[in-house]
Amino acid sequence: MVSPVLNVQDICMDFGGIRALDEVNLDVKAGEIVALIGPNGAGKTTFFNCITGIYKPTSGDVVVGRSGDSPRRINGIKPNLVTEIGMARTFQNIRLFPSMTALENVMIGTHCRTKSGIWGAISHNRKARVEEQEIIERSYHLLELVHLEEYANELACNLPYGKQRRLEIARAMATDPFLLLLDEPAAGMNPHETIELKELVLGIRDVYGISILLIEHDMKMVMSMSDRIFVLDYGRLISHGTPQEVSGDPAVIKAYLGEGDDDV
Amino acid sequence: MNNNIKADKGKRPLAFFSAGCDSAAHALRRSVLVALWFMFLTFPIMVIKVDTVNKTIDWRWMNLLWIGIGSFVLSFVWRWLLERKELQKDQVSTEGPVERLLTSASSIPAAKWSLLAIVGIAALVFPHLAGMYQTNIMISCLTYVALGLGLNIVVGLAGLLDLGYVAFYAVGAYAYALMNMHFQIGFWTMLPLGAVLGAICGILLGFPVLRLRGDYLAIVTLGFGEIIRLVLENWGEVTMGPSGISGIDRPMLFGHKFGVFDSITFMYYIMLGLMILTIFFVNRLQNSRIGRAWLALREDEIACQAMGIDRTKTKLMAFALGATWAGMAGVVFAAKTTFINPASFTFWESAIILSVVVIGGMGSVRGVILGALVLILLPEYLRAFSEFRMLIFGATMVLVMVFRPQGLIRAKRKVYTYMGRKTAGAEHG
Amino acid sequence: MNSRGQAAACPLIVYGNRIGTLMEYFLELFFGGLTRGSIYALIALGYTMVYGIIELINFAHGEIYMIGAFTGLIVAGVLGALGFPGFAILVLAVIVAVIYSAAYGFTIEKIAYKPLRGAPRLSPLISAIGMSIFLQNYVMLAQTSDFLPFPSLIPEFKIPGLTGIITSSEVVIVAVTVVVCVALTLFIKYGKLGKAMRATAQNRKMAQLVGISVNTVISATFVIGSSLAAVGGVLIASHIGQINYYIGFIAGIKAFTAAVLGGIGSIPGAMLGALILGLTEAFATGYVSSDYEDVFAFALLVLILIFRPAGIMGKQPTQKV
Ligand SMILES: Nc1ncnc2c1ncn2[C@@H]1O[C@H](COP(=O)(O)OP(=O)(O)O)[C@@H](O)[C@H]1O
Ligand SMILES: [Mg+2]
Repeated sequence: MVSPVLNVQDICMDFGGIRALDEVNLDVKAGEIVALIGPNGAGKTTFFNCITGIYKPTSGDVVVGRSGDSPRRINGIKPNLVTEIGMARTFQNIRLFPSMTALENVMIGTHCRTKSGIWGAISHNRKARVEEQEIIERSYHLLELVHLEEYANELACNLPYGKQRRLEIARAMATDPFLLLLDEPAAGMNPHETIELKELVLGIRDVYGISILLIEHDMKMVMSMSDRIFVLDYGRLISHGTPQEVSGDPAVIKAYLGEGDDDV
Repeated sequence: MNNNIKADKGKRPLAFFSAGCDSAAHALRRSVLVALWFMFLTFPIMVIKVDTVNKTIDWRWMNLLWIGIGSFVLSFVWRWLLERKELQKDQVSTEGPVERLLTSASSIPAAKWSLLAIVGIAALVFPHLAGMYQTNIMISCLTYVALGLGLNIVVGLAGLLDLGYVAFYAVGAYAYALMNMHFQIGFWTMLPLGAVLGAICGILLGFPVLRLRGDYLAIVTLGFGEIIRLVLENWGEVTMGPSGISGIDRPMLFGHKFGVFDSITFMYYIMLGLMILTIFFVNRLQNSRIGRAWLALREDEIACQAMGIDRTKTKLMAFALGATWAGMAGVVFAAKTTFINPASFTFWESAIILSVVVIGGMGSVRGVILGALVLILLPEYLRAFSEFRMLIFGATMVLVMVFRPQGLIRAKRKVYTYMGRKTAGAEHG
Repeated sequence: MNSRGQAAACPLIVYGNRIGTLMEYFLELFFGGLTRGSIYALIALGYTMVYGIIELINFAHGEIYMIGAFTGLIVAGVLGALGFPGFAILVLAVIVAVIYSAAYGFTIEKIAYKPLRGAPRLSPLISAIGMSIFLQNYVMLAQTSDFLPFPSLIPEFKIPGLTGIITSSEVVIVAVTVVVCVALTLFIKYGKLGKAMRATAQNRKMAQLVGISVNTVISATFVIGSSLAAVGGVLIASHIGQINYYIGFIAGIKAFTAAVLGGIGSIPGAMLGALILGLTEAFATGYVSSDYEDVFAFALLVLILIFRPAGIMGKQPTQKV
């Protein structure tokens, strides 16, 4: 049995009087691709925000750990520390750094794995130069991974939508994570781009051994690539299991097709 | 589809006159209305001047005429500029004429180096060709370049709008003045101390305020700046109050004291050196790991944190480094004028430094230098306009924000090369 | 730049005689603080309304107040020379000042803020600072940089039992402010435009979808806010007896402090904040020291923003990701 890299127990999140997440349990094991699905407004993005430190969950436990390391409870720690521990994410509404180049966007991702400070910057000493060159090389390789190397010196805001989504993945990869959280990575992509994306995600898991948790609405993609699926509706976990189990679950069908259809 | 229509419009004869309107007649009507509106708007303040003591009234009708004509003409320019901005929005990148000149100059190595050499030589011989008066103006211009570049780290790179920057300048100046008065500490000892003191103040101030959102941060720093000035003004026992401190020592060179004239020349070289140092530092910083983190912070704070950047630490570094330059510039200012008082450190000083950065181009080193040259030298040489200096600053800040938010020279991103080859930093902002 | 430093040191409100019992002194300070708070409220409402609608700190708002005071002075000068009676001058001066300040507020929004909708957050703020600098210097150049004596327009009358403690102009200022605040509250609550303003403040996109003209609402916000500032400007100028082009800066920052103290974006908050600030300042300068008058306000501003940026009545904003 592989140990989980992410283990979320009974997490709740309240906004004022509204409960956006209600006792959600979710775990991701090393090397797994797990999907989190559910209708719009179900609380999927809120779940990401809670486990990455952008929101502080009202209650519950979020425990993470690189496989092999001892797991660590990370409720309420700052987002940058979450990333440093090794959980990196993308955003549903793309949040690149628009007036920086594609390469620089990726270089930012390496920030928490590099060290040179003010003195290194000013003196441009050997250590800083070597590190800087390593950052450039590594970032360039990541751009190649997502097939964006020819746009390296293009400003991020000038890239088309689908490429921006891939750039966000490369940027998250640059933080050297063991778990990658993707929030609707295929949104706004055409079928061809979606297939490419699927291959990219599978490649990341297979080549780099990074576990993946993704939110996605494209059912074909989700069903074909996930090891397990969790389904959220109105902040509650209504089903989880393998794609076959979930797709046969009446509760899931009901949530997707609307209420009141008892005979479905 | 839209583009074609717009492009056609751009080429039409009389395009300038009918910009943003259906026809020239329509434009004329609008401009007349604008002129009438501004004549109404400015009527009491521009035309009437009352003396409530002697009960006399001065009617200045000519002003009304000028306002009418001025706003009529400017309304055409305004619409034309707005339309041009709309047109340029669709293009990927547009370079202004100044930028184009600089880009083409710096793309040819020979041109670049000879240009630099000419500027360098001109800067070196300047105090010997120009008189004492000119040199003095140049020193203050160079001071603004250093201050502008320092503030540029905070505002331009890290995106933290600091409206109390002058407080750090005051700290440097007062530190030198007081240390010199009480302990006869010399300029050269105080220069690095001023830098350190500035950095410490930056951290002390930065710590509590940095979790504030952009516009709140602006107001808090403004408040801090004013508090410092008010304390300088009211804490008479230490700061000598509004009358200030005089008789501050000028810098010496290896124990040699200069006369008034030579010391100005010397001061000029000190300031020139400091400015070159600043340019060097800022250039190195902005293309480093730290500089990139600042930019990322400016662009998107949440994404920046999600990429593992410590927000507080990064902001504090920007604040402290910006304040370092203000602290040093303060020491130089006190040494140059040999007299300081709180009136030199009002909010307006912060506003001028901010306009240097904003108008020059936020985040762009060349822009800030050009901004300081234009903003500080122009009003000095156009003596007739010197009264209008702040008026023009204010108007320019608005116009730049509306029509050219990137400033005179926009910041350019460094172009990196990879695959084992050496990094080539072609363009520095 | 020297004249500015001195101008800043000029107190906003001058106290009457200070001889009397402790209780009388306390009451005098209290009414002084109430008056001060009223003026802050009139200005703070403009800040808070604009912030509520477009999330902009309208840095030029203090200048609108100053322009109101200058317009009042000019009207008073002209009518005074024509021999009008004092009270008529006051009413006309307030009306004309309101019209002009409203017109300035309207125009400023069109020039400096409207083209910047959707720009990065700092752009309109920098534009506002530029506008503020411009307006100050415009008035300084067109009029004068000296302090101008302002005629006392508010008629003198005796308040039984409180002679020497509260002046007639203080009574008028407080009364006018109360009336204005009540009227504004009713307008926002029941008026058609008031409802549209509340809707726009809550969610601009939604308001637009249900057919509210957002441009009209924004313009109206500027017009109303500027009018209130003009009322404050004329009244306080008449009370203190002098104005110059710089009065908007300090008064603006203090009113902004009041708005933040109450919770920026909240109208009752601005009134409450202004009252607290006015009273605090009055008692602090009366009992502690008047040297650091402005420092109290700035320190309060800094402390609130650091420890409770949402103010007393404001809501802590949550960031949507
Ligand atoms: N910062 C917030 N403040 C208040 N409500 C929020 C906040 N963030 C999310 N919500 C609410 O939580 C619910 C879930 O939203 P979200 O997680 O974005 O759904 P989705 O599953 O589509 O990603 C929605 O009703 C949303 O309005
Ligand atoms: Mg979502």
